[in-house]
Amino acid sequence: MKLNNTEPLEYSTNQNQMNILGFWIFLGAEIMLFGTLFASFFTLENGVGSGPSGAEVFEITPVILETVILLTSSFTIGLAIHAMRINNKKATLAFLGITLLLGLSFLGVEVYEFIHYYHVGVTLQTSAFSAILLTTLGTHGAHVTFGLFWGLFIFLQIKKRGFTPETTNKSFIFSLYWHFLDVVWIFIFSFIYLKGMM
Amino acid sequence: MEFFDRFAIPHPSPMIYASMVAIGLVLIAIVIGLTYFKKWGYLWREWLTTVDHKRIGMMYIISALLMLFRGGADAVMMRLQTAVPDNTFLDAQHYNEVFTTHGVVMIIFMAMAFIIGMMNFVVPLQIGARDVAFPRLNAISFWLYFAGAMLFNISFVIGGSPDAGWTNYFPLAGTEFSETVGVNYYMWALQISGIGTLMTGINFIVTILKMRAPGMTLMKMPMFTWSALITNVIIVFAFPVLTIALLMGTLDRQFGTHFFASTNGGMDMLWANLFWVWGHPEVYILILPAFGIYSEVIATFSQRNLYGYKSMVGSMVLISFMSFLVWVHHFFTMGHGPLVNGIFSITTMAIAVPTGIKIFNWLLTMWKGKIRFTVPMLYSIGFIPLFTIGGVTGVMLAMASADYQYHNTMFLVAHFHNVIIPGVVFAMLAGLTYWWPKMFGFMLNERIGKWGFWFLSIGFCLAFFPMYITGLDGQARRMYTYSEETGFGPLNMLSFFGAGLMAIAFILIVYNVYYSFRHSPRNVGQDPWNARSLEWATPNPVPHYNFAVTPVVNSSEAFWDSKKNGHQLFKNKTEKIHMPNNSGLPIILAGLFFVFGFSFVFGIWPGVIIAALGIFGCMAYRTFEKDNGHYIPVEEIEETEKKLGGAK
Repeated sequence: MKLNNTEPLEYSTNQNQMNILGFWIFLGAEIMLFGTLFASFFTLENGVGSGPSGAEVFEITPVILETVILLTSSFTIGLAIHAMRINNKKATLAFLGITLLLGLSFLGVEVYEFIHYYHVGVTLQTSAFSAILLTTLGTHGAHVTFGLFWGLFIFLQIKKRGFTPETTNKSFIFSLYWHFLDVVWIFIFSFIYLKGMM
Repeated sequence: MEFFDRFAIPHPSPMIYASMVAIGLVLIAIVIGLTYFKKWGYLWREWLTTVDHKRIGMMYIISALLMLFRGGADAVMMRLQTAVPDNTFLDAQHYNEVFTTHGVVMIIFMAMAFIIGMMNFVVPLQIGARDVAFPRLNAISFWLYFAGAMLFNISFVIGGSPDAGWTNYFPLAGTEFSETVGVNYYMWALQISGIGTLMTGINFIVTILKMRAPGMTLMKMPMFTWSALITNVIIVFAFPVLTIALLMGTLDRQFGTHFFASTNGGMDMLWANLFWVWGHPEVYILILPAFGIYSEVIATFSQRNLYGYKSMVGSMVLISFMSFLVWVHHFFTMGHGPLVNGIFSITTMAIAVPTGIKIFNWLLTMWKGKIRFTVPMLYSIGFIPLFTIGGVTGVMLAMASADYQYHNTMFLVAHFHNVIIPGVVFAMLAGLTYWWPKMFGFMLNERIGKWGFWFLSIGFCLAFFPMYITGLDGQARRMYTYSEETGFGPLNMLSFFGAGLMAIAFILIVYNVYYSFRHSPRNVGQDPWNARSLEWATPNPVPHYNFAVTPVVNSSEAFWDSKKNGHQLFKNKTEKIHMPNNSGLPIILAGLFFVFGFSFVFGIWPGVIIAALGIFGCMAYRTFEKDNGHYIPVEEIEETEKKLGGAK
């Protein structure tokens, strides 16, 4: 395997560069995936049937909390990658760990939010609006859950194997994924919650 | 026993029971055969765990041919049922199931697989690469497709086939009107194979962008590789839409949501829109690689370089962009305003322009060429007039106001078969015949091949041209029968006759494989067609590392230049080659996906949970696994090359 030392470790082999490009293309597909969900949301937004509308059930506190937590985690994963670039294993692990903990607390708040919806009578079966709301949030939440396990496995690998072309490559790709989930959340926050509450 | 009741077929008939027995006997025969000839180990090591793009390509093509016969049997049954008025060969429900599975099998499991198989086999060879960018992922893609195909195909013996058409419009596809598990099968079979297709898309974009031989700039790529690149871009952007539509459909059917219902705020037209936002680009996913194959074949057998290379690329890029802007033309009659219909009418007609450019480029490639009428060339020449007729009737359908007359008639059926059969099927047969020596090291018999071509072409014209007339006369599609007074009888009988000729054609094509396997000479050399692009610079059949030495390229027809203009393809010394390791993980993963899909179809939740845990377990295993591939030493390469007569 040829190592190119002028590039950061995660870009150092051909395979690594292809992995990163491939993941960017995957994120393109993910944009279409969430784009379809948003398009469906806007179509069905007013289809509340006999159920409540967004304005009636959205609560600002958990939403703000989720937003702050997830945005912070996007910052800490950035710090983790920065620490990886300057070859600081301890700091990388620390920031990656913090990111995962923040992700976990985000999920906790989201679970609370879903329970709240259940209590005010917003379930999958209530109306087209409730179904697309929970599907969109659920798809994002499932992505975060998947990311938690993925991130944990990468954490263990860095801990055990240190910085190699493989582990740094995986961490970098994971950071792209995590930032992407943050971007999706910004759209959810703006166009589902804020627009719905207005 | 109550548990097993759900697996019973809702509308049994002697034919279905006969198929059950046939499937059972074939499975038993395969197991006994493999055991008797002690081939299990060979099968596992060389095929089921392979990550070699050529073998994966062949497995795609073999599966596609199997599906072609499944879908073809459906087609013949439909033509038989409608051959005479008031026929009682199939009842309405059975007819619904047959046209649904015919559509899905032919589009998703035959055409897509054939195309992806061709791309798998040819693209890495054409760009001088050793494999695709992610060989393991490629194997996963294939096995997910295969799991999806199998899941779909067992529906008619376990639980009942989908019956809401391949477009699966809601509310017809909802539980109210489609009570069996059939549509659940549709959802999960397409979902699973769709994930595989998406991964293929990513894989091939990276392969083509990153793994081209030195000197091969984008504008020096062979045209089939260009078409593959553009097709895969469409795949990546179109398939996620289907993923979400299928997810919502599953939720509607199995979790009582109201996305596509007409109550509680749902909107049934949302399904039609999402389906065609994926479905129309899908049409171009099918046809662009076909265009790529025709470009290769026509240039080779006219013995001229491809006319208008840049306009070929440009028109494909334009088609791929416009393919996302025409979807509403599938339901002009469903009550949009004149403005919306007008816009989509114009975009649809406009797409004929880049397609027309390509037709003229092919004609001009043949102009003054020294044409050799081989089987692949016959298919390509047959394609041009037949496809043009299909294209022109497409422009007729694109006129929104006139579409009120054509919509959902046999005219539409005639139109899309007229583009798909001479477009995609002819291209796949042309490509298969053309690259056959590359795959297996011997040629297919030309004489039998030509008989096959003429049977297929004439059969096609007889089967589908009458539908234009009955369609204009008002025969609706998807109707299982019609009365004698309509006068549709004779023309439908003619269609049935044409379908029979097409069936004979496919039998001839299969017989040709058998005949050539027995009788064709094996020493065809590496360039039997006097071809032009890089894949012919390797020995036939290709060694598993493809090129002993990475070729250096100077034009889009580097191999032709090396033959005629003294371009030196292989400048470097032989070095050890890095290759990926085989892996059993992809087929295990796909098996788990099959269990997941099957359990989900019937709502057997413990099965779903166990399979899902297994799937995540496989992923976790993969992330901790260390697999750096292996090296082939120089001596081994030189020995292989000497044996194959390559390495100059």
